[in-house]
Amino acid sequence: MKVTFKIWRQENAKTKGDFKSYEVYDLTKDMSFLEALDHLNELLVERDEKTIAFEYDCREGICGQCCLFINGRAHGPHSNMTTCQLHMRSFKDGETIVVEPWRATAFPVIKDLVIDRSSLDRIIEQGGYINAKTGTAPEANAILISKSIADKAMDAAACIGCGACVATCKNSSAALFTSAKINHLNSLPQGHQEASTRVLKMARQMELEGFGSCTFTGACEVECPEHISIINIAEMNVRRLKAKWFE
Amino acid sequence: MLDSKIPEGPIENKWLNYQIKAKLINPANKKALSIIVVGSGLSGAGSAATLAELGYHVKCFYYQDSARRAHSIAAQGGINAAKNYQHDGDSVWRMFYDTLKGGDFRSREANVYRLAELSAPLIDHFVQQGVPFAREYGGVLANRSFGGVQVQRTFYTRGQTGQQLLLAAYSQLYKMKKAKKVELFPRHEMLDLVVIDGKAKGIIARNLVTGQLKRFVADAVVLATGGYSRVFRLSTLAIGCNASAIWKAHKRGAYFAAPSFTQIHPTALPQTSEAQSKLTLMSESLRNDGRIWVPKKKGDNRNTNDIPEEERDYYLERRYPNFGNLAPRDIASRAAKERIDKGYGVGQLKNAVYLDFRHAIKQFGMHTIKDRYSNLFEMYKKITGVDAYQEPMQISPAAHFSMGGLWVDYELMTTIQGLYAIGECNFSDHGANRLGANSLLQASIDGYFILPNTINNYLANTLNEMRPTLEHPEFDNVQKEIEQQIAKLLSINGNKTVDHFHRELGKIMWQECAMSRNKQGLEKAIVQIKDLKRDFWKNVKVTGSDKEMNTELEKALRLADFIELGILMCTDALQREESCGAHFREEYQTKDGEAMRVDHRFSYVSAWEYNNGNFKLHKEQLEFEYVKPSVRSYK
Ligand SMILES: Cc1cc2nc3c(=O)[nH]c(=O)nc-3n(C[C@H](O)[C@H](O)[C@H](O)COP(=O)(O)OP(=O)(O)OC[C@H]3O[C@@H](n4cnc5c(N)ncnc54)[C@H](O)[C@@H]3O)c2cc1C
Ligand code: FES
Repeated sequence: MKVTFKIWRQENAKTKGDFKSYEVYDLTKDMSFLEALDHLNELLVERDEKTIAFEYDCREGICGQCCLFINGRAHGPHSNMTTCQLHMRSFKDGETIVVEPWRATAFPVIKDLVIDRSSLDRIIEQGGYINAKTGTAPEANAILISKSIADKAMDAAACIGCGACVATCKNSSAALFTSAKINHLNSLPQGHQEASTRVLKMARQMELEGFGSCTFTGACEVECPEHISIINIAEMNVRRLKAKWFE
Repeated sequence: MLDSKIPEGPIENKWLNYQIKAKLINPANKKALSIIVVGSGLSGAGSAATLAELGYHVKCFYYQDSARRAHSIAAQGGINAAKNYQHDGDSVWRMFYDTLKGGDFRSREANVYRLAELSAPLIDHFVQQGVPFAREYGGVLANRSFGGVQVQRTFYTRGQTGQQLLLAAYSQLYKMKKAKKVELFPRHEMLDLVVIDGKAKGIIARNLVTGQLKRFVADAVVLATGGYSRVFRLSTLAIGCNASAIWKAHKRGAYFAAPSFTQIHPTALPQTSEAQSKLTLMSESLRNDGRIWVPKKKGDNRNTNDIPEEERDYYLERRYPNFGNLAPRDIASRAAKERIDKGYGVGQLKNAVYLDFRHAIKQFGMHTIKDRYSNLFEMYKKITGVDAYQEPMQISPAAHFSMGGLWVDYELMTTIQGLYAIGECNFSDHGANRLGANSLLQASIDGYFILPNTINNYLANTLNEMRPTLEHPEFDNVQKEIEQQIAKLLSINGNKTVDHFHRELGKIMWQECAMSRNKQGLEKAIVQIKDLKRDFWKNVKVTGSDKEMNTELEKALRLADFIELGILMCTDALQREESCGAHFREEYQTKDGEAMRVDHRFSYVSAWEYNNGNFKLHKEQLEFEYVKPSVRSYK
């Protein structure tokens, strides 16, 4: 199959970028989207041009490194899927496909389609952990946790940190990401001790990083590859209010 | 002479005896010591966080943009521990035995015992760190079985166990970053090791954003860089996984043990085209409920669901009635290959077998199967477009795990003083075949529990030594070598892409050095890879410059090392004239096609020394005091 890629090219963080078009012919429906870009890069090398920088690692939807905005949607045309799981069979022969980096103040572009998402790590740094040292743990079954709580914690913990929620949000809010980590830890007995400081510090960092506020459009849960629900955001807000009262 | 430094005493007391005798360092002195950790996977992040908690100054490097993306994240199935929560006869001893036997008696007893011994406290640790392990309704932890064992000792978080464990390690790492005890270096790739007066004292890393080469000095260097199965190109590993750090260490004096011992996983998705970049794993846990079969008739083109029960060959159940679909990986992969090679394969390229859930769905109900595996079924659908609740999955063997790696002693130190290797990049506990769910365990234990209790024994001696400066001439030398290599790659300006060479290397390795091997093929492969190496250094083309983010250059540097490693892997496979575990030499098999060990000649670990492009073999003889090596049968 043949497609035309319209791709954002930008030398580095300091320069301005723009779109460049590339026609690619010998693609097959079975190729993944990223394999099609690999193929384009090989063609560029043969033509003596610089390759397009784009992100990936696991290519199986779990590391969260891939992050492309394709035809106006985070991770492409399907809901709840990562870019690396997208296949060319989702596009029509002859189609023009627009590929951009994710755009958010807190995600500056590094080069071409590569962005800096360290802002998400800095939110975690403020409290996305349990303060206990290696070697101090009690017997694992000493604290029972009901299956429903463990399952709920796992639903939230499944976040892959890709940032699609931010990319798709008109306010560039990181509320889904932040709430997922807070709810994962705060709903478990092990996380109770630091529950209030965690929610306050992480939510505060989210604002400091320049992420916008959540206005409950629900766009984020549509793109989240792990189906993390926006109920998490509501829950975080309640936890935050409670924590403020008791502060 | 290789000294594995196994401590005195009966096997149950060795680790304790070691710790009693190891030198300690007081907290004030720890602050003055600095450690470089390369890698942020379970082993790297776990060790960096724990070493920082102990008071050392730690620098942690990784090539991804965040520590959370190391490839440990992709492990699906679970992690083993001898908790005996199921009351099914498990114990440290049983786990020790299973692991030793699973590895076909090609690993060190003392190490394997320690792995089993430390497994239970590790689960305690992860629960404390907030890992939401699967639970029973009563609130206790749940378990399942994995291949090669008859007890249920695997802990899991749906099909995302590696993710949850790694995220726990990553958060612990960030906790220590916040405490200013560890410095993180994302998007930094270690390109070489700096050895001064026989001791590892630093690394040179490339900042992948700016292209700048940077020098780092420390009192000890820990490599935690993961597996190298991308040498086959198509594998279940992440695209960036590489051998460069351990290969460079090897070239600077670290022995490489059992390089050819590679696990081929039986349940990955089959290759469908030449352009494919990766083979996705379907967790082995699926074999708990899925049944593997091929049609009894060659080239049966009927709709899968139309093939009646009596015309299906459940070949694992047929050949291994005791273990059935839960036969260990090496055996399950070879059995699949045998069927596929004989023409019974299914799917587009006839390179797959079926993994079928209809019996399980009938027996346990759709709800239970969904609860256990929904994310795996969903992943399968995303990639193939097929609903596996309705028709069987198609699966195929794929390169998956490197049992081989840098040779380490009981302290996890390589043959270079002060250089440690932990996690998948070392050769330690898995012998010739790794049991499912044992490697998250090994990576974690190496990082959290072992290294933090052995590195002191070495560092205590360095307290009075002067740390070299970054201006030391050896840093200059190493940096010059890297600069020359990069300049060369950028100047060749040939006519073939890096990916082209990687595909060629992958084909040779998969053909000759994967599931079954023979003398003639391996000799041919060595010649072919040497030719490929010459071709690469004459005709590769890399565009862009070295002073910017340049993913082509990154790939080229990694591939240059893979090519050299490929030669060593074939050399190792050729030299070992026996079959053991995943290493199957066609010349050494029993009448019914099972692996035939040759204990009187090969009961040793092969540790290879690099010598100017040649490799010299050293042998670490294996002594079995507690378990007599027997024929490894799963019939
Ligand atoms: C798909 C899949 C599923 C698996 N499932 C299971 C399972 O269910 N149970 C189980 O027990 N095991 C499983 N395994 C195996 C297990 O996940 C790995 O063996 C283990 O996670 C390895 O951890 P590690 O810390 O050694 O390395 P990794 O997690 O691979 O980390 C390597 C680190 O090194 C860094 N690095 C590498 N090279 C360089 C360099 N040159 N410079 C700087 N940094 C570098 C990387 O950035 C990364 O941070 C699975 C493996 C795969 C591939
Ligand atoms: S590459 Fe890992 S999630 Fe897409």
